[in-house]
Amino acid sequence: MGISHRISRRKFLGTSAAAATALTFPLPAFAQAAARVVVIGGGFGGASCARALKQIDPKLQVTLVEPNKTFTACPFSNNVIAGLRSIEEQQFGYDKIAAGGVTVVAQAATGVDNAARTVTLADGTSLGYDRLVLSPGVDLRFDVLQGYDEAAAAKMPHAWKAGEQTLLLRKQLEAMDDGGVVVISAPANPFRCPPGPYERACLIAHYLKTKKPRSKLLILDAKDTFSKQRLFQNAWKELYPGMVEWVSLSQGGKVNAVDPATNTLITDFGNHTAKVANVIPPQRAGRIATSAGATDNTGWCAIDPVTFESKSAPNIHVIGDACLAGAMPKSAFSANSQAKVCAAAIATLLSGGTPTAPKLINTCYSLAAPGYGISVAGVYQPKNGVLADVEGAGGVSPADVPREFRAREADYAQSWFATITAEVFG
Amino acid sequence: MKTLSIILGVATIVASNLPVLAASVPPPGAASCSGCHSAGAAASVSRLYGRDAGEIVTAMTGFRDGSVPSTVMARIAKGFTDDELRAIAAWLAAQK
Ligand SMILES: Cc1cc2nc3c(=O)[nH]c(=O)nc-3n(C[C@H](O)[C@H](O)[C@H](O)COP(=O)(O)OP(=O)(O)OC[C@H]3O[C@@H](n4cnc5c(N)ncnc54)[C@H](O)[C@@H]3O)c2cc1C
Repeated sequence: MGISHRISRRKFLGTSAAAATALTFPLPAFAQAAARVVVIGGGFGGASCARALKQIDPKLQVTLVEPNKTFTACPFSNNVIAGLRSIEEQQFGYDKIAAGGVTVVAQAATGVDNAARTVTLADGTSLGYDRLVLSPGVDLRFDVLQGYDEAAAAKMPHAWKAGEQTLLLRKQLEAMDDGGVVVISAPANPFRCPPGPYERACLIAHYLKTKKPRSKLLILDAKDTFSKQRLFQNAWKELYPGMVEWVSLSQGGKVNAVDPATNTLITDFGNHTAKVANVIPPQRAGRIATSAGATDNTGWCAIDPVTFESKSAPNIHVIGDACLAGAMPKSAFSANSQAKVCAAAIATLLSGGTPTAPKLINTCYSLAAPGYGISVAGVYQPKNGVLADVEGAGGVSPADVPREFRAREADYAQSWFATITAEVFG
Repeated sequence: MKTLSIILGVATIVASNLPVLAASVPPPGAASCSGCHSAGAAASVSRLYGRDAGEIVTAMTGFRDGSVPSTVMARIAKGFTDDELRAIAAWLAAQK
């Protein structure tokens, strides 16, 4: 990086250079000037947190750093892949967030200097903070499955970040002849959206059943169990008999390498050549978290379960997929719940208070077919330093219920997407 | 009644130190509700902000003991004590 010239937020907003110079020294939290909170990542966690901070204490100076002008949401993107929904319905902007008093900076954060309490941006300028929130989501690991790098992803899409990759997988399915084999490779835990690969299998199977009924779908899994397993397996049997096959870790499902030239997935037990290969690789916290000193040797961020403050980088809070949230799954619902708890904790800390133990909720819906919804829910609280399940609560939808129950859960899924995106971006 | 006065007692102490925040920092669990129960929800999903606190508590205890049928709410309600539900309901009722 070239010469990085540090500027204060006030200069950034265009006031006099003299005032800016005075403000380049880090502000103590109790100074008369409003405390500065910078949030990196304008997805479900970060955008929720920036808004919640402003709502709890309108005096806070809140800056949201996000390079994309348009956010493309992953939840319901499996419907786009199956041709049931347009990508535009997944897309949201930041105008309303900015109108609410959050300063939205359309740049990537390239570095964090937590000693100086500054964030460096792609254009070389920097932002000072009293508290920093990281919600950068996941980075896909291109160093684990042999042969699976970014170039390979253009041939064997992951579609685990919504946008171009979602549309690429959609196009490949459309171009496939009837009778082709689609392979999904699912990673070991932890990863973004634990039920996601299996919902995807359902909705791709729905597309195949409708349009290309002689085709097959194979799931190669690096695990022996997965989220909502019984419900998904029942749905495969009931809705897509003979079409979906799941190969577990112990049956040789773990993909170790791929060959994009031939669309081949390689396991210890043999090779599978696909007409369409969807490779969901292992993941880690977005790399800015490492620059901030917030990741541990797993590649994820250990946090305090009351405040979401990093265990290794004081004053930095990590929420959403990037953090190790104990029993909470990596979901948009979790990221939004965590964002609101984290915002309240930060506001309390900045005003000299002590945050009290929170409770958080998660509910993840999946669609096994249009009008057929299933869910997993949980309630969480800090216990022995991590977020643990509240015993007796949570669990998955019942196994034996009439289709009307599934239809209601499918409606609730749609309704959830509408409310969450309205709360975060609307 | 006893619990209520304890909750109010705590709120008063906090309020004297942190006037701005005491009004808006939600009690444990309350912040999660709006993920589903806010503007834009389907007609079948109840809005909770500004709703009568007693109605919210009655619904939640009904979901919890199964006397009110639900899809997901029983699984969520089981994660909260009576005191927690009362605090959540009071906070939701006070929101706009
Ligand atoms: C196929 C699929 C289906 C899913 N379905 C559901 C579902 O039904 N329900 C559910 O609850 N969850 C679902 N999820 C999971 C959900 O998408 C994630 O858990 C959620 O997006 C996590 O929020 P986040 O804020 O951690 O990350 P994200 O929402 O990914 O946001 C991260 C943001 O940070 C930005 N960023 C990263 N690095 C930087 C940087 N250096 N500087 C500035 N900005 C940066 C990125 O551009 C991005 O906008 C699904 C996921 C997938 C893949």
